[in-house]
Amino acid sequence: MRIKLDRTLCDGFGACAKHAPEYFSLDDWGYAALVGNGEIPEQDHDVVVRALLDCPVHAIIELGGHRPAAQPATIQDEAPEPHLNSDDSEAISDFVR
Amino acid sequence: MTTTTALTIAAWPGIEPRLLLPGEASEDYASYRKQGGYQPLDDVDRLLGEVDLSGLLGRGGAAFPLAVKVRAVRDNGHRRGGAIVVANGEEGEPASIKDRWLLRHRPHLVLDGLRLAARTVDASRAHVYVSDRQAADAVETALAEVDAAVLNGLAINVVEVEPSYVAGEETAAVRVLNGGPAKPTDKPPRPFEEGVSGLPTLVSNVETLANLPFLHRHGAEAFRQHGTSTSPGTFLATITGAGRPPALYEIPHGVAFTDLLTLHGVPADQVRGVLMGGYFAGLVNSDILDATLDHESLRSLNSGLGCGAIAILTDDCPVAVAASVMAYYDRENAGQCGSCFNGTAAMSAVTEALRDGLATDEDLARLERWSVVLRGRGACATLDGATNVAASLLVQFPQLIASHLENGCKTCHSGAFSAVRPYEVEAVMPA
Repeated sequence: MRIKLDRTLCDGFGACAKHAPEYFSLDDWGYAALVGNGEIPEQDHDVVVRALLDCPVHAIIELGGHRPAAQPATIQDEAPEPHLNSDDSEAISDFVR
Repeated sequence: MTTTTALTIAAWPGIEPRLLLPGEASEDYASYRKQGGYQPLDDVDRLLGEVDLSGLLGRGGAAFPLAVKVRAVRDNGHRRGGAIVVANGEEGEPASIKDRWLLRHRPHLVLDGLRLAARTVDASRAHVYVSDRQAADAVETALAEVDAAVLNGLAINVVEVEPSYVAGEETAAVRVLNGGPAKPTDKPPRPFEEGVSGLPTLVSNVETLANLPFLHRHGAEAFRQHGTSTSPGTFLATITGAGRPPALYEIPHGVAFTDLLTLHGVPADQVRGVLMGGYFAGLVNSDILDATLDHESLRSLNSGLGCGAIAILTDDCPVAVAASVMAYYDRENAGQCGSCFNGTAAMSAVTEALRDGLATDEDLARLERWSVVLRGRGACATLDGATNVAASLLVQFPQLIASHLENGCKTCHSGAFSAVRPYEVEAVMPA
């Protein structure tokens, strides 16, 4: 399964980090961030689903479940910045304007 | 009369400007056509090939290769039954003026770039997203002048929002165009996957788009006659600070920073450092004197060109500058992500205490830790900007930090630098 954490929704309840600490880290104020790229291997599904279901603000979202069959290509998946290596590009952030 | 009369506008000596025009007036349709604008586009793939070869990097701050973004939007759009293009002129960085200048003075150059971009991704709808009344008026006037045939059926509308730091982030633009507030959303999806009306959306900075007409007319080889191999072309640089009036220069990537100082009339031995990329890329100490103005050189200093705004610090204490910038981030963050609204407030408190000679070693250790662990914890990169400012201050100015811990900064004692919007080029004029 693939998940995302919507950090604009997280209210810092911390249930995710209790159930699946390998996938959710908390900051000094208890707000969560996802560890890794959101891909959850089979053996960890149960704890991550528990985290997802226990989040009081539904900030953890399973991806891919409700998409139409034709998935959009993603730059990350299909074209990892061809001809560009990160040493050559500023790429200081993803603050894309 | 515009409000930018105090702004010096100049191209780098010896180059033919591609983006700037002298004078105060807004270029009208007839003048733009006369100098070769709105050339017919018969071969979209050829233009896309030139964009590829040009290596044009986005001018909004992230320096993302335009060709990569265009191809992703085009391919996704073909799968999903359409694509949208957004010209992003919401210039959130207060120390930058270039996007507003382009929209106010060369609206047709931006619209020409926008209609070319729309063709490359097969979009039939486009938006010009701004937060400046003069810019909006100039674009509306330009749209009323333009011959519908040159737009090839492209529907363009202008959307104006209240200016704010985060409103120009690409997902904030998409959110506004979908009827929401001007605040970023978490990713995925990114706009190139799913944006305005759920369609793949090319959100591109107006300066980036303004390079397309040149590429269309002259090709990638001509484009690369200025700049370096990995930072090709020219860019617009907003220069502030150093007790000088602000300036907007068109600069070929790769020129020496010291040559910019000469052009701007600032003696190199007075330079304590710079604030780079607007506020986003943080501080650099006097090592900047050895830098060239391109992505590689600034990257080697752990900084970046960002949107091309450079504030030169001469008399201003970098600690006090960092404190003002951090306070700005504390106020201007979107208030959405807990790590960001807490983290910027905490880092702001320590930086201000440091400026005021009140910080302890423990405070400093916390600031150092936050500058590392908070990176990447926000839905947009505002928090990363704040961590860049904190981390660069600590790394670049260790002696100043030490003197502030002992409350020994003479500059700050005699009235510390303080600004609500440090190095702002002009006051915000709400819509």
